[in-house]
Amino acid sequence: MFQIDCPWCGPRDQQEFAYAGEAAIKRPENPASLSDAEWADYLFMRTNPRGRHHEQWRHVHGCGQFFDVVRDTVTYRIESVDVPGRPALGDAS
Amino acid sequence: MSQQTHRLSQGGRIDRGREIRFTFNGREYTGYAGDTLASALLANGVSVIGRSFKYHRPRGLVGAGPEEPNAIVQVGLGGQTRPDQRATQVELFDGLVASTSARLGFDPMGLNNTFSRMLPAGFYYKTFKWPAKSWPSYEKRIRQAAGLGYSPTEPDTDRYDHMNAHCDVLVVGGGPAGLAAALRAGRAGARVMLVDENAEFGGSLLAERDAQANAIDDRSPHDWIAASVAELSAMQEVRVMTRTTAFGNYDHNFIGLMEDKADYRGGPGAGEVRHRLWRVRAQRVVLATGALERPLVFGNNDRPGIMTASAVSTYLNRYGVAPGWRTVVFTNNDSAYQTALDLKAAGRDVAAIVDIRTNPTGALADAAREAGIPIHDSSAIIKARGSRRVKSVQIAQVKYGQLAEEGDTIACDVVATSGGWSPVVHLHCHIGSKPQWDDEAACFLPGPDNPGQSSAGSVTGAFSLRKALSQGFEQGGAAVAELGFEPTAGAAPSAPAPGTVMPIQPFWIAPTGKPLSRGPKQFVDYQNDTTAADIALAVREGYESVEHVKRYTAMGFGTDQGKLGNINGMAILASLLDQSIPETGTTTFRPAYTPVSFGSVAGRTADHLFDPERKTAMHDWHVQHGALFENVGQWKRPWYYPKDDESMQAALDRECRSTRNGAGVLDASTLGKIEVHGPDANRFLDMIYTGGRRKMKTGTCRYGLMLHEDGMIFDDGVTAKLDENHYYLTTTTGGAAGVLNWLEQWHQTEWPDMDVFFTFVTDQWATVAVNGPKSREILQALCDDIDFDREAFAFMTFREGTVAGVAARVFRISFTGELAFEINVDANYGRHVWEAVMAAGAPHGITPYGTETMHILRAEKGFIVAGQDTDGAVTPMDMGMHWAIGKKKDDFIGMRSLSRADIVGEGRKQYVGLVPTDGSIVLPEGSQLVNDPEAALPMPMVGHVSSSYHSDTLGHSFALAVVEDGRSRHGETVYSPQVDGSVIAATITDPVFYDREGARQNV
Ligand SMILES: [Zn+2]
Repeated sequence: MFQIDCPWCGPRDQQEFAYAGEAAIKRPENPASLSDAEWADYLFMRTNPRGRHHEQWRHVHGCGQFFDVVRDTVTYRIESVDVPGRPALGDAS
Repeated sequence: MSQQTHRLSQGGRIDRGREIRFTFNGREYTGYAGDTLASALLANGVSVIGRSFKYHRPRGLVGAGPEEPNAIVQVGLGGQTRPDQRATQVELFDGLVASTSARLGFDPMGLNNTFSRMLPAGFYYKTFKWPAKSWPSYEKRIRQAAGLGYSPTEPDTDRYDHMNAHCDVLVVGGGPAGLAAALRAGRAGARVMLVDENAEFGGSLLAERDAQANAIDDRSPHDWIAASVAELSAMQEVRVMTRTTAFGNYDHNFIGLMEDKADYRGGPGAGEVRHRLWRVRAQRVVLATGALERPLVFGNNDRPGIMTASAVSTYLNRYGVAPGWRTVVFTNNDSAYQTALDLKAAGRDVAAIVDIRTNPTGALADAAREAGIPIHDSSAIIKARGSRRVKSVQIAQVKYGQLAEEGDTIACDVVATSGGWSPVVHLHCHIGSKPQWDDEAACFLPGPDNPGQSSAGSVTGAFSLRKALSQGFEQGGAAVAELGFEPTAGAAPSAPAPGTVMPIQPFWIAPTGKPLSRGPKQFVDYQNDTTAADIALAVREGYESVEHVKRYTAMGFGTDQGKLGNINGMAILASLLDQSIPETGTTTFRPAYTPVSFGSVAGRTADHLFDPERKTAMHDWHVQHGALFENVGQWKRPWYYPKDDESMQAALDRECRSTRNGAGVLDASTLGKIEVHGPDANRFLDMIYTGGRRKMKTGTCRYGLMLHEDGMIFDDGVTAKLDENHYYLTTTTGGAAGVLNWLEQWHQTEWPDMDVFFTFVTDQWATVAVNGPKSREILQALCDDIDFDREAFAFMTFREGTVAGVAARVFRISFTGELAFEINVDANYGRHVWEAVMAAGAPHGITPYGTETMHILRAEKGFIVAGQDTDGAVTPMDMGMHWAIGKKKDDFIGMRSLSRADIVGEGRKQYVGLVPTDGSIVLPEGSQLVNDPEAALPMPMVGHVSSSYHSDTLGHSFALAVVEDGRSRHGETVYSPQVDGSVIAATITDPVFYDREGARQNV
């Protein structure tokens, strides 16, 4: 059971939160202009790394806010929490 | 009643003034307060406690703690009975009833022993796998014959609860290291929890003689324990807990504890709790979990009377019981010499110490020689004799691991063996850390510390008392220092310097000079009857991974989880594979360390508290009027309202008829309701719904579909425009929370710049849905400030006014296809308005109806229920709902997916109606559909039934379904093979069965 440090509420038990998928998946500006393959890439393809993972959680039984977490999928260590919308891991700045 | 023939005349931490009567396998015995069931049985000379799982060999006690594999007993009767309890951990109380009788009463499988060569490793897989249908009966017989415990057959009426706790330092294990750690941390002012699975603190000290020679800080060990516990108990911020097992170490320093509040004294009193599950989040954890002694593996090493040396010492020193009169000690290390000396001190014979090491030296060996105990060095016991009790052992000279020369047979009734110590690394490893093999100590030690955790005492291989104390003191100080506390000055509790020690010589199996399968059985895992020969067979058959060998041989599978035998087994496997022990590795350590009761896991969340129940404002009225209820999510919804002894179908027919011909009323309060406010509400909803929202006029309603980004329908409902920038959405009853989450996720993570917010108002509104041709007249009788004229109050609009004297929002929408009005009022007035509607409708024969009639009426109209007629794999086009997609929209969630090749191609399952050829048969929902019921297996399936009912209106049964290319197949026949072998034929039709032109709702 993780202890997750909600950016708004502070550290709480995992059972107050819901996992909400990989973070920093940006919806394409103009979906109609994408090929089926490009659309499928946005829709289905996820990094699923062994190691540092940039993911979203929601404090569903708390403040209700979504936020970003960088978590190691091997050690489960949570490296950081942040408000949503920061660039993906590895992106410049 | 038997006598306590094996009780020593003095000593032990038992209260000889308090005699306790108990029953074991139907016989009465006595013991003393402070005994365990195991020590009391031993005191009474009971050597055979049970029979083994596979071969039904007689078995006695091997250990004295959680590692005990044989003495697995059923305690108590009725709803409170506890299966699979270790007799070594069952405290004695007056009236205790325990048994292993299924194992002892008769011996139907005793022949297995004789024919044991037919029962090798993997015998379950090989022998019983085929024919598959026979396996359940084999399994039942095996379980019965093995006497495995049984679950209570009556409800458990006891109370269990949960406690959440936070602390600075949690110390697991109250032996010398744990006590020292807790003292240091507590003295610094930290909030400390110290837990121990035993009835009292002290750990290994309790198994030793309370001699001044072992003094700690100039006190006898027992006095030091008492003083330490007293000091800790007096500290404001410290909590000390006995009978509390840390069963699991979970991520981020979350530890599960199970505290026994009552089993130890025969059960809880009125209002008391039986077990308490603690959920502890600790800043720091100090694991002082100790070590368990390994037995040695030799022929017939399972005979009753053959025990670990530390168990023998524990029974002598802690319980004042001598397991027998004449003991042979067999060891590869120094610690068993102490047992020999303990036996001598208790006035018992030690026939010999058999030591695999050559010329044992050191303080303990010298003391044993001084005490006149014969030592056979470079020797091993190669087999034991005796059946219900060990009678003698045969020893032999061993050189370089090989049998050199057979030696004497030594008569004895106890064998005390020590193969070294296995640190209890379980908790350390629960969160994924691997243990590390240490050649010098010949054991697995904890790997690098987990974050925020450390280990102290014999779990780290620090087997001397002095080292354990100093390590505990150091780790307790380090833990609080990391948290910003100032550890107090002062030295660690001091113990005498240990004498010179001779190193352990790893020794895994006694050589017999024969192949493993030929000699007497050499047991590795007692509980599962796994022998060294079984491991050898697994290797011969190609198994290499320790995880596979475990599953093939069942080694480590029992309630003891291999605490006693696994390391021996892994070492034997390693030598058979000609590789090192670290190369072979261990199996995975998983919670729970020892079994945890289901009751404590459930806590109070049982029965009516298992899940919250949500009830509408009109719930009591429904109950008073005989409604039967259906669970929809957490809601209790009226299902139907039978009158007198009316059948379900008769009640549904009556409810449907009344609604179609006069008036019916449904409690629709459970529909999810969400208000959407803000300048960007328009823009936002335009993205969420398939249909356009920008041109909606205030006061109107629209039906809406929500898709996931993959184009599949996931919820539907009605949107009402309350005002510019202010909308009110309804969702399905079960989908409400998911829809709100969906809206929040898109808003917060994708379009945070949009100025819009959402308010969940499901509970604030009660909804009374009046349906039927008479609904207008009923509303008119209750409301004089809304014009209900057909033109003035058009279909798919709403009005605000006063209904039955209460401010209301009335929607003219219909889920039955009839003229209908949904009255929404403050939930506090829900029952008042419902009763007013019933009174006003009485002259028209208004009839309350439940979810089942709601389903029939909507299905007759072909209206879908999202989640029933849709399954997450259908698009609006599949459902024939092209009309719900905004023609002029550039984008909405899921739109792009609707033009994918797979979505627009042929062969998709499409929404249709079905009319069974025999109109009296109602197709079971979920039935698969095929084109040809005679087709070869596997039969191609072309669709399935999603909704199916008998229709009073139509006079026959009907169904809704999805069928491949079904829209172009109206009039064709499909078939539904049923589990009973019958086949139901049905004609494909349009999914709208009633009033196709929609005239009835437009009157
Ligand atoms: Zn929060």
